[in-house]
Amino acid sequence: MKYDIVLCGVGGQGGISVSVVIARAAMAEGLKVKQSEVHGMSQRGGEVLAHLRLADKEPASPTIPLGGADLIISFEPLETLRYLPWLNAKTGLVISATKPLINMTGYPDLAKLQAELEALPNKLLFDADAVAREAGNVKAANIVLVGAASRSLPLKEESLKTAIRELFGRKGEAVVAANLKAFDYGRTANS
Amino acid sequence: MVNETLMGDEAIALAAVHAGLSGAFAYPGTPATEIMEYLQELAARVAAGTMPGEQFVAQWCLNEKTAYEDALGASFAGRRTLVSMKHVGLNVAADPFVNSGLVKVNGGLVLVVADDPGMHSSQDEQDSRWLADFARVPCFEPANQQEAYDMTRQAFDLSEKYETPVMIRITTRLAHSRSVVSLQPARAMNPIKKPAPGMDWILMPAVARRRWKLVLERQRKLEDLSSGFACNTYTKGDKKLGVITCGLALQYYLENLDDYQVQRGQAPTHLHIGFYPMPTDRIRELYANCDQILVIEEGYPLVERLLRGIIQPGKKIMGKETGEIPYDGELSPDTVRAALGLSPHQGLAVKELIPPGRPPQLCVGCPHADSYNALKEALLGYPLHAVTSDIGCYTLGALPPFNAIETTVDMGASIGMARGASEVGLIPVVAVIGDSTFYHSGLSNLIDVVSHNTDVTVLILDNDTTGMTGAQPTILPSSRLEPVLKGIGVAPEHIRVIRAHKNEHDKNVAVIKEELAFKGPSVVVLVRECLEAIKKARKA
Ligand code: SF4
Repeated sequence: MKYDIVLCGVGGQGGISVSVVIARAAMAEGLKVKQSEVHGMSQRGGEVLAHLRLADKEPASPTIPLGGADLIISFEPLETLRYLPWLNAKTGLVISATKPLINMTGYPDLAKLQAELEALPNKLLFDADAVAREAGNVKAANIVLVGAASRSLPLKEESLKTAIRELFGRKGEAVVAANLKAFDYGRTANS
Repeated sequence: MVNETLMGDEAIALAAVHAGLSGAFAYPGTPATEIMEYLQELAARVAAGTMPGEQFVAQWCLNEKTAYEDALGASFAGRRTLVSMKHVGLNVAADPFVNSGLVKVNGGLVLVVADDPGMHSSQDEQDSRWLADFARVPCFEPANQQEAYDMTRQAFDLSEKYETPVMIRITTRLAHSRSVVSLQPARAMNPIKKPAPGMDWILMPAVARRRWKLVLERQRKLEDLSSGFACNTYTKGDKKLGVITCGLALQYYLENLDDYQVQRGQAPTHLHIGFYPMPTDRIRELYANCDQILVIEEGYPLVERLLRGIIQPGKKIMGKETGEIPYDGELSPDTVRAALGLSPHQGLAVKELIPPGRPPQLCVGCPHADSYNALKEALLGYPLHAVTSDIGCYTLGALPPFNAIETTVDMGASIGMARGASEVGLIPVVAVIGDSTFYHSGLSNLIDVVSHNTDVTVLILDNDTTGMTGAQPTILPSSRLEPVLKGIGVAPEHIRVIRAHKNEHDKNVAVIKEELAFKGPSVVVLVRECLEAIKKARKA
């Protein structure tokens, strides 16, 4: 078994927490995990990318080869498109937030961007911020995406929830509950 | 056996503690910063009694040179010591580093250098293995987190056995990726024990000549060691192709090995290098047994070049020099795949043209934005002027909407370059530098400015932290800056301390204008704390 995930977004969107939750859940289920992040700049707004590899045998490369990803989890639609070359063209799934973050010059035409996303073969596109708001925690869009991904990840729902409890445990029961709710809302979100 | 999920940086830090570390020293720099951050976390755990072991020291220093010299002193005292930095930091520490190759190291001295191929957050992608070779210092290059842990422990032993500093070279991808590491039991620190009498730490010419001969002898011993060392493994395979991998490059090779066997038959003959000096015997063996050689290494073509001095020319050698592997940027599973002659992998095509990466931006409300807005307005009356700058979050002043600075070269260069430009007639010239960078290397340039009475206006953006690397404390607090400036002789009436805030904009413009008009050294200190630092302090 091998399952490769590209996580992408814009600095400050909480991508690292997503990586941690999935990695912990996978390890709890006995899988070998390699996590690679590019970070180091405190400033906000640059693109953020993490590669997460789950397998029964320790994966070799820290990064995923082109066409190798089973899943892209994206916090931002333009970033989704940027990493499509890493997605398995036949079976790869895209789970993407749809709200653009326009903090740069030359951001593509929104209608065209939308059309590109709609044309993807396997996808789940939704406004993760709106779902997070419905779930009562605007900051939990990242966990909403984990919930959405949980339908396809080769991991048990309960392992992911345990990982969420562990990650947010320090911040108190209320934060844990809010994130678990965000997870549940994400799990049932529709395009 | 205990297992832990660790980043490469963390694996090295923990290994050093388990190897009996007494003192660690560093200056922040991506991707090496987390080594010291983790060491400080571990030191705090020891202090709190939540981790067993003796208390060790883990300190940020003024710059990489002072950090390296601190480590030298700790080694002189007989203790084990670690010094960590990013690749360009080693340029700053090159003087003590290269010379330390000649002293008779006492307590284990390990230098960790994190290179940044692909320049994720650096101004070049220089390869520190060249400096190890230059200084005749042995170097480990781990291929994964487990090796980062194991090799760090080995490095301390080797340092004490061969009485030499030892370098560990990692790259961004290893520093910042995580996997499970199995840990070994910790051992005790060394007691304090000064070197045996002799002159082995006094590098005056007569001693240095003697020491250099010993270093050259040691180098031959290390070469012999290298050929038989477990870090350098030789795997017999097909003779059509001999592959040399170094450090992390191994993983990209292994990623493609199954496909290679499917598409091209038997696996190549393979030499993996995780330790330098070069395993010369093994390289000769590989060369003799194979029709052609492919070298896969991250960074500059070190092995590819050095091996040409080891073998008799004749067979084809492929790598960066010959273009099979891209010369610049990071390796990837795909670039290595192409070099192995395998059919490329393909994902989904992107139809709409994607604009190149998003530039990072200053945090909303960052004091630097207010400083740049004031500076730009103050300069409006000067069609000819220059603004030199430096390395930090404020380097983003080069991009829209500011377009405020014209140079960024190395730590501290803003003030030196402003001085040089001014002395040859380009006036007015403004040097923009952060407080941490000012202490790191700007202070010495400012002394030149003062002693020659050069007409330069220095803007110190004092946010009381090293912002870009995640808000590490500056070596001296804000309150000391003014006395330092006075002490080196900047005229008190030309030290202007103002608050970098948009509410003070008009006043700040006026102050900068006055100092631009002044013909001589002046320093405007724009004070306001970094927002990240405030956030971090709140969390703690
Ligand atoms: S980290 Fe601090 S200095 Fe850097 S952009 Fe943010 S507020 Fe400004």
